[in-house]
Amino acid sequence: MADIQTYGQNSGMKHTLLRGLLYLVLILFSVYYLFPLFVMITTSLKSLTEIREGSLISLPRVVTFDAWDYAWNQACVGVECSGIKTFFWNSVKMAIPAVLISTMLGALNGYALTKFRFRGANIIFAMLLFGCFVPFQVVLLPMSQTLGRLGIANSTTGLVLVHVVYGLCFTTLFFRNYYVSIPDELVKAATIDGAGFFTIFWRIILPISGPIIVVSVIWQFTQIWNDFLFGASFSSGDSAPMTVALNNIVNTTTGVKQYNVDMASALLTGLPTLLVYILAGKYFVRGLTAGSVKG
Amino acid sequence: MGASSSTESNLMAGLQRNLSKIVVAPSFAASLFFVYGFILWTAWMAFSKSRMMPVYDWAGLRQYERLWQMERWHVAIENLLIFGGLFIVICLFLGCLLAVLLDQRIRAEGVLRTIFLYPMALSFIVTGTVWKWILNPGLGLEKMMHDLGWASFKFDWLVNSDFAIYTVVIAAVWQASGFVMAMFLAALRGVDQDIIRAAYMDGASLPRIYFGIIIPSIRPVFLSAIVVLAHLAVKSFDLVIALTGGGPGYSSDLPATFMYTMAFQRNQLGISAASAMMMLATVMAIIVPYLYSELRGGKKNG
Repeated sequence: MADIQTYGQNSGMKHTLLRGLLYLVLILFSVYYLFPLFVMITTSLKSLTEIREGSLISLPRVVTFDAWDYAWNQACVGVECSGIKTFFWNSVKMAIPAVLISTMLGALNGYALTKFRFRGANIIFAMLLFGCFVPFQVVLLPMSQTLGRLGIANSTTGLVLVHVVYGLCFTTLFFRNYYVSIPDELVKAATIDGAGFFTIFWRIILPISGPIIVVSVIWQFTQIWNDFLFGASFSSGDSAPMTVALNNIVNTTTGVKQYNVDMASALLTGLPTLLVYILAGKYFVRGLTAGSVKG
Repeated sequence: MGASSSTESNLMAGLQRNLSKIVVAPSFAASLFFVYGFILWTAWMAFSKSRMMPVYDWAGLRQYERLWQMERWHVAIENLLIFGGLFIVICLFLGCLLAVLLDQRIRAEGVLRTIFLYPMALSFIVTGTVWKWILNPGLGLEKMMHDLGWASFKFDWLVNSDFAIYTVVIAAVWQASGFVMAMFLAALRGVDQDIIRAAYMDGASLPRIYFGIIIPSIRPVFLSAIVVLAHLAVKSFDLVIALTGGGPGYSSDLPATFMYTMAFQRNQLGISAASAMMMLATVMAIIVPYLYSELRGGKKNG
């Protein structure tokens, strides 16, 4: 940290002015980042007539939740007009098992690769890690054929499999890097006492893994909930996740364009991850920086 | 009786000894098949005559030739250069600026950080949807400016095939710049305070401290940020789909959307596979040297 207060040479008036300017600039940037959220919320609360007559930044004169109700219960996704709620539940049914399985496997992998090292453990880790960097376009075609052969194309099960397989490298990375810093003596002492591989994992390692479990769960949940590529490639009709449904609603060419419904749907899609971010921002940022090598 | 129980206990001991390998094996097998196997599979398809259905007869470099003869692919590559270049440069600039501004003992720093970073939690589809609404020429920003009295204001980039790709830059910068800020801020906090104090004692001004000492000392973070952003740029797909749909026409196509269109809409599996291999090669060209230098540096330090 090198700040004006400590290291600036100006004093008095000029200093106060500089501080004022600094805050002004920061506030302007905040406005820029908040503007789309503001527009989303206000537009979703307006009626269509008000949207046509008013301006992008005007507050709704009459607040109405009709667009939210319509988005949730009636909006048309393809030929199905029963709202985005079906797809919300699709995403939930996809995200929960995929997050839990990939986190569990990641924890076990990380534990095995650091505390019960075998010959070649490092090479195996490096090979797993490679999966984080691969652009997923390169696996799309084989995956769609494999899912077809397995009979789980266009199903939530198929998407769970895909997200587990391609989430593994991240969860393994998180847990491996966390367990590396835990002293080996802890495990050695327990081994001498006669505890086995799984006993040590349950009794000693898992109880101290709280923070990294949170990081992994949040990272995986955000990735899986926000995914569009896999959802669009491997699902269709009413098995699609919410992001695919949102894109469908917005890009429907039939009928009148309902901007308020679009915005309400977008907010509904964004809310779960936003909530997670607001409630556990610290862990979200940790995941971002730990997994950041991947993008 | 005795023999069988001893083989059993031998088996158990062996199992215990190998549990670690057994636990990792399924993930490793999945990785071998779903990552390495699939890459080879795609590579093979790119050498085949596949069009609508995958066929596996050798066609040499035919698909790559066809790919590079397509104007649409050249548009996608050009767009990637424009988009990637601007996206990286603007994100670095904004991220660095915001980090330095936030590093001035700001009151409510936590709140501001939260505001700058929240777009990163959103899906690119949500981001695309909202920017599409803001930038639409009919009722969005343009109308807002007209209402504010700027009657000649014109902003039709979203539907203008020469400028559509720049709207993708606008939305992508909004989403990712806060993340770059977080990376830089963490690095700024790690700079050795004694060096800064010493420079200050020598009479260096604040801008000189920043440009002469602090920014050079966080150079590795610039490299990491560039790699992360470049990687993001090459993989960009959702945002284009939600914002412009690759249009008007295919004027805002990126390699990722090109690959997807060829695979799932145009029934050109061979070309699609070839373009995916080109994307893989691009990402590897960025990542491999970076990881290599990182790992080597790590060994040196450790």
